[in-house]
Amino acid sequence: MELELKGITKRFPGVLANDRVNLEIKSGEILGLLGENGAGKTTLMNILYGLYSATEGDILIDGRVQDFQSPGDAIAAGIGMVHQHFMLVPVFSVAENVVLGVEPTRAAGILNMEEARRDVRQISAKYGLEVDPDAVIEDLPVGIQQRVEIIKVLFRQAEIIVFDEPTAVLTPQEVEEFFGIVRSLRDAGKGIIFITHKLDEIREVADRINVLRRGRIVGEADPKVVGKEELAELMVGRPVELVVAKEEANPGAPVLEVEDLVVLDDRNHPNVDGVSFTVHAGEIVGIAGVQGNGQTELVEALTGLRTALSGVVRLSGEVVTDDTPREIHRKSVAHVPEDRQRSGLVLTFTVAENLVLDSYYDEPFSRGVVMDWGRTRENARALVEEYDVRTPSIEVEVRNLSGGNQQKVIVAREFSRDVKFTVASQPTRGLDVGSIEYIHERIVKERDAGGAILIVSTELDEVMALSDRILVMYRGKIVAERRPDETDTTKLGLFMAGVTET
Amino acid sequence: MNDENTGPEAEDRVTGEEVDTEPASNGPDRRIWARITGAEGDWRSQVLVPVLAVFTALVIGAVIIAVSDVDLLGLWGDDAGEAFRQTLARIGDAYGGLFKGAFGSVRGVSETFTWATPLILAGLSVAIGFRAGLFNIGAEGQMLMGGMLALVIGFQLNVTIWLHLPLAILGGFIGGAIWGGIPGWLRARTGAHEVITTIMFNWIAIRFVDYALKTTFIQREGRPDRISKDVLESARLPKLLSWIDPQYRLNAGIIVALLAAWGVYWLLFKSTVGFEFRAVGANPDGARYAGMNVTRAYILVMAVAGGLGGLAGSTQILGVLGNATPGFSANLGFDAIALALLGRSHPFGVVLAGILFGALRAGGQQMQVASDVGIDLILVIQALIVVFIAAPELIRAIFRVRAVKAAEQITRGWAT
Amino acid sequence: MTAATATAPRVLRSPAEIRRSRIIGIIYLMLAAFVLVVFAMGTEGDATFKLAATGDRFEIPDLVLSAAGLSYVAAAFLAFLGGIQLTRGFGKATNIILGLAMAVIAFTFLGWAAAGKSLSLVGMLQLTVVKSVPITFGALSGVMCERVAVINIGIEGMLLSGAFLGALIGSVAGPWMGILAGILVGGLLAFALAVLAIKYRVDQIIAGVVINIFALGITSYLTSSILVENSDTLNRVDIFRAWKVPLLGDIPFIGPIFFNHNFFVYGMYVLVAVIAFALFKTRWGLRSRAVGEHPKAADTLGINVFRFRYLNVILGGMIAGFGGAYFTVGSAGAFDENMSAGRGFIGLAAMIFGRWHPVGALGAALVFGFADSLQAKLAILQTPIPGEFLLMAPYIVTVIVVAGVVGRARPPAADGQPYVKE
Repeated sequence: MELELKGITKRFPGVLANDRVNLEIKSGEILGLLGENGAGKTTLMNILYGLYSATEGDILIDGRVQDFQSPGDAIAAGIGMVHQHFMLVPVFSVAENVVLGVEPTRAAGILNMEEARRDVRQISAKYGLEVDPDAVIEDLPVGIQQRVEIIKVLFRQAEIIVFDEPTAVLTPQEVEEFFGIVRSLRDAGKGIIFITHKLDEIREVADRINVLRRGRIVGEADPKVVGKEELAELMVGRPVELVVAKEEANPGAPVLEVEDLVVLDDRNHPNVDGVSFTVHAGEIVGIAGVQGNGQTELVEALTGLRTALSGVVRLSGEVVTDDTPREIHRKSVAHVPEDRQRSGLVLTFTVAENLVLDSYYDEPFSRGVVMDWGRTRENARALVEEYDVRTPSIEVEVRNLSGGNQQKVIVAREFSRDVKFTVASQPTRGLDVGSIEYIHERIVKERDAGGAILIVSTELDEVMALSDRILVMYRGKIVAERRPDETDTTKLGLFMAGVTET
Repeated sequence: MNDENTGPEAEDRVTGEEVDTEPASNGPDRRIWARITGAEGDWRSQVLVPVLAVFTALVIGAVIIAVSDVDLLGLWGDDAGEAFRQTLARIGDAYGGLFKGAFGSVRGVSETFTWATPLILAGLSVAIGFRAGLFNIGAEGQMLMGGMLALVIGFQLNVTIWLHLPLAILGGFIGGAIWGGIPGWLRARTGAHEVITTIMFNWIAIRFVDYALKTTFIQREGRPDRISKDVLESARLPKLLSWIDPQYRLNAGIIVALLAAWGVYWLLFKSTVGFEFRAVGANPDGARYAGMNVTRAYILVMAVAGGLGGLAGSTQILGVLGNATPGFSANLGFDAIALALLGRSHPFGVVLAGILFGALRAGGQQMQVASDVGIDLILVIQALIVVFIAAPELIRAIFRVRAVKAAEQITRGWAT
Repeated sequence: MTAATATAPRVLRSPAEIRRSRIIGIIYLMLAAFVLVVFAMGTEGDATFKLAATGDRFEIPDLVLSAAGLSYVAAAFLAFLGGIQLTRGFGKATNIILGLAMAVIAFTFLGWAAAGKSLSLVGMLQLTVVKSVPITFGALSGVMCERVAVINIGIEGMLLSGAFLGALIGSVAGPWMGILAGILVGGLLAFALAVLAIKYRVDQIIAGVVINIFALGITSYLTSSILVENSDTLNRVDIFRAWKVPLLGDIPFIGPIFFNHNFFVYGMYVLVAVIAFALFKTRWGLRSRAVGEHPKAADTLGINVFRFRYLNVILGGMIAGFGGAYFTVGSAGAFDENMSAGRGFIGLAAMIFGRWHPVGALGAALVFGFADSLQAKLAILQTPIPGEFLLMAPYIVTVIVVAGVVGRARPPAADGQPYVKE
């Protein structure tokens, strides 16, 4: 089978997401589609999958023009897709998820679950994708969930399979295993489109690389010969510094001290299970780990959003374990939350309002209960200038800004105060390279000014580049502590997967 | 699985460039307009849509009038011309009566504003809830409970008017605040959805008033039916137009309502408390991260909303009725929902919408007299207005108006 | 280096849960004290519970209990539960025990009310089933809609409209046509809700409230403009009579309670069974639930999210319309303004209490039906409780139930959210 995208253009109101994109893929090859966040990769694949319709351009299969009105049409034409955010119903079983939409039935539409289970087992055996058909999705680790997604696609007899940022949630070891699966699918004659912004991965697995920038295909590359720097420049459009420039840290007195902290998650599992560590003034401590190993609960406990079951948190010697978020905020703690749209901002508030979202209650932004909008606006004008927030006006609702500028609003708000301790979760998730560089620079500047900083990130590269000290979290425990210059991503990856030293 | 991040807004926006925002030369006048109305958008969505919504609802109301007369329907088969003429005449009588009853005379205007008083207050009650993401369907019950407390203070205390009237009004506020605050507390503490609890509290209040009006403490001496003692003169809201005709019912309650509207405006847009309310309403998670006490905000919002509902009840008791009978809230608490939506949940919009609904109420009675079209038609018209307000795209489809703001999600489901 | 051994995650009790457990324990003790003071002390005489209905094939003797004795036993039992709850806790059985305690209190309350008199327990429970009919239909309607993630607050209005047209059309064309008209108008209002909620993405709760206001307004308007003048011809419908199921209806105690009713009650049983089976055992059910849990996933698998939502919401509306017709065709025989009196909202509470499952919804509706039957049955016994307070019972129980279970029951994940394709 041969798939061809010809002159695909997609316009959203005010945005040109894809601009005359041409792509080709044949059975038995892996095409790598490289592009940074916001380059238009996901839009392109959603068009291929019938979720969006293209403004212009054609999709051809074996030379025939296709008209995909819905994913159903794309599936029927032999296209399968593993989405970046898994499309699995969490409360359904594996078998139910696999057959959904093409269910085997008896008379009168009654489900035949035995047949569904049998089919799942068959595919599992054929491709070496081991999974229990009766397990409920929400109980499975993400690595296994991804297998279910792949089984789903194979069950529908897809010939071309699209993987959209498939490695974002996996440990380095799981990534290796995943590459094995991808290669065996290729060898079984499937065509694979592998979408990513990670340079190493694409060079390792792809047979051919296309680079997408600002909605346009800007180049092709042969993964065997192309260098990392060259690829990065192609992706971003300018030379990129791949390491964060920073001086040696100069740690001072301990600022944050955590002792034996135990925190329960929403389902009452001790997702932080006896954690102790210290962050000193003037250093950046990075927490590495696969998502869901307790980082979220740890940060929530540190910032007062979640009550700890036991243990002690001290800020400059003062116990703050049971403080409210407001009390902790008052003690000069800055918090850049994990999910900026859900918790860091009020999207329907203006830039100016968001810039005082957690400090509105006090001078100079209010007196008593009376807001001082004049001061608030002055503050906004100054911060927009200083932090290079690209917005037409401070009165614009923040939902109208790009992701990078939204994050800058949060960083401006949190860093503009006089802070002793900063905790930043996933500070650059989903941002373009320019914004990432800017935010990294700001964090280092904060450290050099004597701030104690805790970075939580699932991007191992980011943790390696930023941290002066790295802690690895696995199943609620800190399983390793390393300096970045005495370790590498492979070793950290093993810790992240739960392998311990003896 | 956060679907928000998969849309074009988040993932695929070409970053670094500001694309779909308004130009930087966003005129100051428009910004002020947005500040005043508390919403983005141009005059089309702020003014044109409400006007067209009211117009369209009246047209559909006319159709209902036309088809709801059994005799007239029979006539179409015999003499279509005559039926057409009579139908038009009936609609004309009805809407003529409606307009005359509302604005056609000093008495009409007095009645319009008399009805507008509790409507504005109850509308503010619903509106402040919407601003904080809470749906207060309980204005009806809050009116009853606030009104009852005002009534008791009104007939029980015997002090000077300067003390008595404010106390009675305050009592009304407190009675309503308690009745609204409990659902707020339940929502904040247990997650019980306020839509269900406030409805249940309405029914509980209705039964309670039925009971209270039979107790010797409240029931008027010598009466077998459910009617309360009269509020003393010193707790009555003074009539404003008695110098023209003592029959005119307009009273100082309207001043209470306008002051309350201004107070809600100040609270929402000028105070830190309102900043919290609006943040909690728009994004409770974000508000929690920002250190706001969401639990307290929910309770406070519902208490204030309940208090405003209680004020609506007490202006009825102290200004218009002078005593209580079952159902003295007259379904005004339900009209308030439509009214708050029509007024865009903004205090000043609520005042305008309240006057319109007051006119419908006042005119509706005249309509009933002039054309025997039942006053319940008003409810239908109000529901239709809300449909068009809530789904502005319908208006766009009918009238081909461009650039109408899309529908908004105000409330939240059971998953808290 | 060695690989970590996989261990099952430990589950601990959070401080909030421990607090909740303590609160429940204290509530048990307070209830025990309440039962002791109010029901036990100063109560004299025996309560006679009739267990057989008139005309039963089998005679069963009355149950005669000392009201005070019953109360003492109940108080002791509650205190015992409180003690265990405070020291050890009931773990997974907490909710079942809570339900048991409530049942004990309800029974003790009946004993106290019937002290020195005789109360037909079978009659009371029979009425419970009857009273639960519109609530169950409302709850089933809610289940249908919310399983595809559309919140239907308009059930109240659909019940009311079904009742109205049931009376009007039923009077003109016979009760069966009345039911049909009720079903159709329910479907029509649901279609309006679906268009507003799905196509125009209006806030679903607001759309539902609008439907309620509209239904209240139009039925009241038409009642005063049409029904009142012609009440003999347009507002008097022959109601369905009770029909005893052979064999099942003869089971002592159980028979008269469950199997001696009219068409609507049997319709309710059938509908509960059919919807439960369809939701969990058929292709339609699997797809519907997928649409309610993760519409985007369903969409990427070629399932038409919008079609499922329209279809199920309209079916849900028809169920509510059917339930509404019960008020007039199945019970009162004539329409009265606002006669649904909040039953649609209580139905929603039953849906939540029943965890979005048809059988659970029926069980919850029976609890509300019991509260609803109190006034009718206890008024005759002349208890010191004013009738108005007995009339409050279903509403108060609803508040308590909603406050007690929401947050612990999990609604469909996408509930209330409009689906945006692009």
